Amino acid sequence: MVALENYLVVSAILLVIGVFGIFLNRKNVIIVLMSLELILAAVNINFVAFSVFLGDLVGQVFTMFILTVAAAEASIGLAILVCFYRLRSSIFVDEANTMKG
Amino acid sequence: MIQIYFFYFFAVITILSAVFVVFANNPVHSVLWLITSFFGVAGFFILLGAEFLALILMIVYVGALAVLFLFVVMMLNISFDGLRTGIVQYLPFGLLIGMLILAELLLALVPWDFKDRAFINIATPLDKSDSNSVALGKVIYTEYFFIFQSAGIILLIAMIGSIVLTLRKRPHVKRQNVISQIYRDPNDSIEVIDVKPGEGI
Repeated sequence: MVALENYLVVSAILLVIGVFGIFLNRKNVIIVLMSLELILAAVNINFVAFSVFLGDLVGQVFTMFILTVAAAEASIGLAILVCFYRLRSSIFVDEANTMKG
Repeated sequence: MIQIYFFYFFAVITILSAVFVVFANNPVHSVLWLITSFFGVAGFFILLGAEFLALILMIVYVGALAVLFLFVVMMLNISFDGLRTGIVQYLPFGLLIGMLILAELLLALVPWDFKDRAFINIATPLDKSDSNSVALGKVIYTEYFFIFQSAGIILLIAMIGSIVLTLRKRPHVKRQNVISQIYRDPNDSIEVIDVKPGEGI
């Protein structure tokens, strides 16, 4: 049996790569969305690993919930991206300054 | 012992392809590396004995989400050259934040040991006699039924939202109007005219 710490290390590295990807590709929203998926995958690994090693099934139920939310979030994000592309003919998020926020 | 080897195999796959997701020049390649990365994560789930979640991960991420990403990347006709400018500017800050988070997470890497009190609070004990799918099904449809239903509602809302966001009516496109077709009456649309010979209408 692989120890719990191994899974924790992998999930920590995956999460950090995801955060790093968000900072690195700030102009490319598609890769930012993919990095979010990586972060959620890291969280899922943690949930399932703790669930199995503690012997509690709630972690896996919660992982299913996270999967649902991740799918919903990605679909809405991509829909917003398509809308933005129709307005501006590009996906430069720096141009999204109509509201001067 | 072979589990350790498989663990390292999946770990290398997951982490390397995650790195390629972030650093790939072409977003299509990023999506493909994302698929590989999720294959690795599904491998972890299989190793852990959560095979139902592993297959769900395959279906949801590889089958649906990655294809959605691919469609959007290919539908938007964008040149991705300008999108990587400023990467040098963001690199130090990103590295700083990343290293901070990694250091904090690695602090948790003392050999892990659950206290006895942790086992008192277990909500749904893992029953080894059932297979993973059976155990999850027994729990989802009884104790966590409302969470399961609200997950469905979240998916419904996401579906409605993305349809509303992307649907557009273009002015000069002729569409089929089903209602008017159904309510069309033969008495209104056909008229029998008795044309006398030699006269015309």
